[in-house]
Amino acid sequence: MTPAPSSRSMLPTYLQVAPLTVVLTFFFIIPVGLVVLVSFFRYQMLVGIVPDFTLKNYVDLLTNPTTWTLYRSTLKFTLIVLAITFVLGFWIAYFLVFHVRNLLTAIGLFLVCTVPFWTSNIIRMISWRPVLGKEGLINTALLNSGAIDRPIEWLLYSDFSVIVAYVHLFTLFMIVPIFNSMARIDKSLLEAAVDAGATRWGVIWNVVLPLSKTGIALGALFVVTLVMGDFFVVTVMSGGLSGSATSGIFNDLQFLNYPRAAANAVILLIIVLLIAASIFRLVDVRKELVR
Amino acid sequence: MKKTGGLLNGMVTRRSVLKGGAAVAGVTAVTGFPTVWAQNLKDVTLMHTGMSYSTLPDIARQATEDLGFKVEMSVVDHPGLLNRLVQDPKSLDIADLEIWQSKVAVPQGALQGIEIAKIKNWGELTPLYTEGTFGGKEASRQGDSPFEYIYREGMDTNGFASGVTEWANFCPGVYNADTLGIRPDLVGREISSWADLISADFKGKTAIQNIPTNGIMDAMMACEAAGLLTYVDKGNPTQDELTATIAKLIELKKDGHFRALWSTFDESVNLMASGEVVIQSMWSPAVTSVKAQGVKCVYQPLKEGYRGWGNGLGMLAHLEGLKRDAAYEYLNWYNSGWVGGFIAKQGYYSSNPASAMAALSENERGFFYEGKAATADITSPTGEKTNSAGEVRDGGSYEERFSKVAVWNNLPDEAEFLYAKWNEFNAA
Repeated sequence: MTPAPSSRSMLPTYLQVAPLTVVLTFFFIIPVGLVVLVSFFRYQMLVGIVPDFTLKNYVDLLTNPTTWTLYRSTLKFTLIVLAITFVLGFWIAYFLVFHVRNLLTAIGLFLVCTVPFWTSNIIRMISWRPVLGKEGLINTALLNSGAIDRPIEWLLYSDFSVIVAYVHLFTLFMIVPIFNSMARIDKSLLEAAVDAGATRWGVIWNVVLPLSKTGIALGALFVVTLVMGDFFVVTVMSGGLSGSATSGIFNDLQFLNYPRAAANAVILLIIVLLIAASIFRLVDVRKELVR
Repeated sequence: MKKTGGLLNGMVTRRSVLKGGAAVAGVTAVTGFPTVWAQNLKDVTLMHTGMSYSTLPDIARQATEDLGFKVEMSVVDHPGLLNRLVQDPKSLDIADLEIWQSKVAVPQGALQGIEIAKIKNWGELTPLYTEGTFGGKEASRQGDSPFEYIYREGMDTNGFASGVTEWANFCPGVYNADTLGIRPDLVGREISSWADLISADFKGKTAIQNIPTNGIMDAMMACEAAGLLTYVDKGNPTQDELTATIAKLIELKKDGHFRALWSTFDESVNLMASGEVVIQSMWSPAVTSVKAQGVKCVYQPLKEGYRGWGNGLGMLAHLEGLKRDAAYEYLNWYNSGWVGGFIAKQGYYSSNPASAMAALSENERGFFYEGKAATADITSPTGEKTNSAGEVRDGGSYEERFSKVAVWNNLPDEAEFLYAKWNEFNAA
């Protein structure tokens, strides 16, 4: 920023940033500051927090194998879901942008993608149970057709069902930004590529994919933060058998262990920020957005 | 405050609550309320806060109708209640606590002593709470039995008295004896022991509750019954005992023994009703709920006995004056019949069995309390049929059930260790 010539001419600038600064201060900086502060407090059994300065919460967490197990499990889910939602999101967006000739149809189909979002998160998730259960649709169909003689158990209350629910819930967050990026691609670029002798795959690889990377980065960011911050889907869909980093936080809250939950939240925040930073290193989203 | 209190108390004494309550038999056994005649009483609102199974809007509706002031219900989960009691006690007036939760609430000074003289029907309340006996015999002391925590020395002494005193930490609430729920049509053999919860016969078809203090009890009952482990006192396990029990649970989990771990009432209902599991930890209203869906489900009595639990209604420390008078009114009303009749239908028992029985029809009384075969269909509180004529309640009569409580839900000394271990089980 250029140095201010006088305080008077700076006033409008300060006023302009003031609303956002106030909002961010009250709803972001202060809460996160409190979480960091509490993470150094001491925990007294079932009473809660005692002001103090101790590193015990962090030491406890980092030396506890349970924490590592939970983070491993979360990271596993994140990577798998990221891969699946990317493949789905990319091809759905590609289809909508480049294959549907009529704009109205494209918008109509795009809206169809949002239909599941007309009901609540919980309903979308719970509704998988009658489909995947032992006496569910799939098992009943397979049993009746004679394809299997015993219900397939890993369909529900397993890592599989957790991933199904995540993909169902989060694919749209991948479709929207990629769709947005692709829609900005000048169609004449594709024609030029074809004229220059590129194959269909060559066009996708050399033209569409690089020009969509802003959308991919944003979509990936959505999916990563959503999966890493989730404990509800993983608890419900695994029948409580799998955990996530956030479910570790939830378990601590169950026993009013706010300090350790806060420490865990800080660790999770740092990890998510690192992932976000590395995504933004790969793609300069700001530059791409003003393109 | 004292002046108003004195005046109102005089009025309470003149109008005998008991006489009113006892004189009327039948469904509307509640009369004689309200006994506090203050013009501004109708402006009082009591916030009753507790867990989903006992904090029922129907009770608030009936109380508001009978008492002339407003009673509201606010549902929280187990940690949520402790959280509110410790961090935000002014947000509730009546705490519907489990006995073990009083071990946190009382030393914290969250509750005030309840003057027993002001609870008119105290003498009628079950000796399980007031004397620690049942059917003339001493009730089990393994775990946190209600009697050990109900009394305190005085109004502001935030501790537990060793014997009977004039002051209570809480007024007895609902209670029950828990066991395993089974699908009799799917288990394929007779179920008679807690050991069946971890029997290889039901691999992949069982679930255990994911509430550490309760889940560990079910696990210990099962491990002991199966002869795998022994415990000095299941009501207060040692670190070694907890480590061994959780190790067994983790081994079972890795082996795919548990189909799920459930944390809420509705999850246990869904698991059972959909046939995902055939034997699991269960709460009585969940069994009722499964049956109300037309699915066969039995709350199976087991030879090792039941896991008992109880709730108490505590008065928050901040209550005073008119609001405190209203709270006493409410506590008196709570054990005067209507609530007892209502909760009986979801499988719980009232601390005042006589008034609860008076609030039930003859058929219901016979079925729920006396161990008799139903003479007509039995329905849930919401009106769905749960049992047909001719059926007998699982576990028999009230006396038979409570004489077999082996251990009470509790908060062990090693609770923090238990929570850490339970997290390992969860993450395994």
